[in-house]
Amino acid sequence: MSKILVVDDSNSIRDMVTFTLESAGYSTEQAADGLLGLNKAKTTAFDLVISDVNMPNMDGISLCQELRKLPAFKFTPILMLTTESSTDMKMRGKAAGATGWLVKPFNPDKLLATIKRVIR
Amino acid sequence: MTVDLSQFLPTFFEESFEGVEVMESNLLSLTSDDRETIDSIFRAAHSIKGGAGTFGLERVSEFTHLVETLLDELRDGRRQFNEQDKELLLRATDTIKALLECEKNGVAIEQATVDEVTTQLNNALNGRVSLVSNESSGWRIIFIPEPDIAQTGNDPLLLFQALADLGTVHATCNDEHLPDFDTLDVEELHLSWQLTLTDTQASQLDIEEIFEWVEDECTLEIAPLSEPQSQTQVNQAQSSGQLPNASEQQVSNLAPSSEVTITGTPEVIESKEPKPSRGKHTDAGSIRVGVDKVDSLINLVGELVITQSMLSELGQDITSADSEKLKAGLEQLMQNTKELQESVMRIRMLPISFTFNRFPRLVHDLAKKIGKEINLVIQGEHTELDKTVLERIGDPLTHLVRNAIDHGIEAPDVRTTAGKPPEGQITLSAYHLGGNVVIEIADDGKGIDTELILAKAKEKQLIDGNYPLNIQQIYDLIFEPGFSTAACVSDISGRGVGMDVVKRNIQALGGRIVIDSALGKGSNIKVYLPLTLAILDGQLVKVCGQTYIIPLLIIVESVQMQADNIVTASGGQYYYRLRDDNVPILPLGKLFNLGSQASPSAEGLLVVTECEGQKVGLLVDDLLGQQQVVIKSLQENYQQVNGISGATILGNGAVALIIDIAGIIDLSKKHTNGVSKQTSAQEVEQ
Amino acid sequence: MNLQNLINDVPVEGEYTLEGLDFITSGDQYLSFKLAEECYAVDILAVEEIRSWQEPTIIPNAPKEVIGVINMRGTIVPIVDLRIKFNVGQVSYTPTTVVIVLAIDTVDALRKVGFVVDAVEDVINAKAEEVKPYFELSGGIASRFVEGQINVNQAIVTVVNLRALHQFNDQSEVAYE
Repeated sequence: MSKILVVDDSNSIRDMVTFTLESAGYSTEQAADGLLGLNKAKTTAFDLVISDVNMPNMDGISLCQELRKLPAFKFTPILMLTTESSTDMKMRGKAAGATGWLVKPFNPDKLLATIKRVIR
Repeated sequence: MTVDLSQFLPTFFEESFEGVEVMESNLLSLTSDDRETIDSIFRAAHSIKGGAGTFGLERVSEFTHLVETLLDELRDGRRQFNEQDKELLLRATDTIKALLECEKNGVAIEQATVDEVTTQLNNALNGRVSLVSNESSGWRIIFIPEPDIAQTGNDPLLLFQALADLGTVHATCNDEHLPDFDTLDVEELHLSWQLTLTDTQASQLDIEEIFEWVEDECTLEIAPLSEPQSQTQVNQAQSSGQLPNASEQQVSNLAPSSEVTITGTPEVIESKEPKPSRGKHTDAGSIRVGVDKVDSLINLVGELVITQSMLSELGQDITSADSEKLKAGLEQLMQNTKELQESVMRIRMLPISFTFNRFPRLVHDLAKKIGKEINLVIQGEHTELDKTVLERIGDPLTHLVRNAIDHGIEAPDVRTTAGKPPEGQITLSAYHLGGNVVIEIADDGKGIDTELILAKAKEKQLIDGNYPLNIQQIYDLIFEPGFSTAACVSDISGRGVGMDVVKRNIQALGGRIVIDSALGKGSNIKVYLPLTLAILDGQLVKVCGQTYIIPLLIIVESVQMQADNIVTASGGQYYYRLRDDNVPILPLGKLFNLGSQASPSAEGLLVVTECEGQKVGLLVDDLLGQQQVVIKSLQENYQQVNGISGATILGNGAVALIIDIAGIIDLSKKHTNGVSKQTSAQEVEQ
Repeated sequence: MNLQNLINDVPVEGEYTLEGLDFITSGDQYLSFKLAEECYAVDILAVEEIRSWQEPTIIPNAPKEVIGVINMRGTIVPIVDLRIKFNVGQVSYTPTTVVIVLAIDTVDALRKVGFVVDAVEDVINAKAEEVKPYFELSGGIASRFVEGQINVNQAIVTVVNLRALHQFNDQSEVAYE
């Protein structure tokens, strides 16, 4: 069973993502900002990280950079939650080592379909 | 898989309304291209848009998208900050709020306003871009990843599988660039592929979407099968030495090659029992709990407090070998219970900023509307209050602030003439005082003209004029129903809600309101509120064998009466002369029909309370002690009782009623008019 | 106080427990009680518990049959003396005076009230058709407080209407919100 870390400061989106993933049989952990997410990643291995970009304390880009420095996360897929309007963000995300991005808004089906592109 | 998204809506609305408030307060404080402030406004709008889109609230997400786009331009410096944009964004924020409220409660929305603001936003943005997709029956895809593609966490095979969800994929792999085994770096990828996608409805966009995460880490060409390959792509690939000179005919002859056909059966992850949403909302150090849970916890703790005081009382009388240990244990229990109660109560406490944060906008808008210059200063916004008190104090405070803007602060020219700075100041502050929270609304405006109030009160026949009033009593006339000094009822404070309603609401919360003013210098209104509605500090008194609780908040002092100071007036009403006040003496026993209570006499005990600026003395038989009591509802199983605000359970398990002083005053008025119901006292045979 | 001790030869099959209300019955069941020499009954499903007498706290200016409130496990419950309400018998309170606590399903909530009675009698089984209509005669209790009457042997048992009994005299005072 794949384990996914969901990092988002929005409770409703985090709940929705978590619920969707768990309903599909994935196991999840959540964090409300980048810093909390990084701390979780330092103690637990994940098969995938889904992170919002705009967050307090540590944004998604920095989180991605920090994760890539951890040996356990060298090849781990990291997906950014973003909006289609920010191509600049996508560039920065890629530069930071993000695997890809999920475009908001997304619905549960789309979320699951997208995740299949990065984990088996 | 279907997920019922409606279950996330309450949380979404909650955080979105918070987001709207963040937008509003930041917009109000925005004076220049302050990157950080614009960023936080953008973030809030962004979250609302994302959530609304996800949960299918399209009107909200579409509208917020416009707002976000404008904010994005400001953020990137593509747009210069100006006051017009600020006003437009404020209006747009209101519209977002209205749209959210419309979705949440089905409140009707003024479509005209939404359309108007939408148009303004569109004008500000000069139109928008839309995407068009073309369709084709089949696609050829050449995919040449960079060697280090794996380090971004992407796996080509998974991409092909995603492609297979769109139709039938036929893939040909080219491995001729694989280095020798000795020099092979296992972390690098040296393969490339040519794929065809057939039996598909997919557009080029759909395919691009699958590869969009790797488009910077690969060479990618997507072309309809009907078209020949683009030469540039091939040339590019050749120059980077990754693809042999492969034309369409040669693809099958690529050597050595391996073929993979991936059928379009998506791998299904069977979900087991759908798990209920786990209540694991681990916020940054906070957790969301329903108020009902907290309230039942508070009730349980209330019970515990009662049980504990019962045990303590029992423990007093025990004399045995172990009684010392027992007493120590009971002492410990009392301590623990008290601490438990305090911390449970704190769960319901929220900072008053939840109420205060509406005022910057209110002041900004109103001042603009009536051409006054006002600076609002907020202090002590972190002071905490019970959630219910907080919710109910909002409207009275709004009314008081509106009053200060409307009647307190003068127009700039008037101020200048009076030698004041043209900009008036309203200070809103909150602080703890004793067991209460005080909220102060102060302004440096024109103050309250007592002459004007007296004249008005006489005109409205609220007073008869041959009865001297002290200054406090004059100010309190403002709270009389039907009193209004506004020369003309403006649409600001004259909304049919008078100060009498404000006062009643504050009293209903167990609080009181006090006015102070200096003519020409300004006014200061203090609202005293209990910290919580569940507990009250009370003075226990005995009247005709019954125990009553008088809230400490309203007690001025308790006195043993002196015979010289007891005065009788017309109608058998007694007064007690306390310094220079004549305090009417209310015999509780008589008003409550508890049987005979002696007339006021020397040695008698008088609890002097203050209500609506009026001091009244309650005649009691005995003063017991002071204690914190847990408030219980009488109405749950019975009904409202005049002169009683609620009940509590004493340490011995007996019920004691809590005095409502305003109700007592009403009772006494009826009593003197002979309206009181004369029900016979109970003949109780013990 | 256990009902079992009060009613020794109750013609009921199976166990009777107040919590479970788990017994075999043919038709509805009523708990009957005495006010002076008269017999009354209430729907047994509404009975919460039967308590011995404890001194209530007086409610100021309440209707005279509302003799006060007591604390029942943390909630405040009004106590109504049915002897005063129906104007029967002598009113006295001794340690053997009984209070039947009922949970009455009013329109908006379950509300508790305690009835002071002289003695708890019996559990009566009665089918709906056995509950006969009641005609108000002079000297009888007002018909709005009565649901009907059941004939038990030689006696007539008056079934009281609980909802009507829970409407206390209004003080015509509206609490402001």
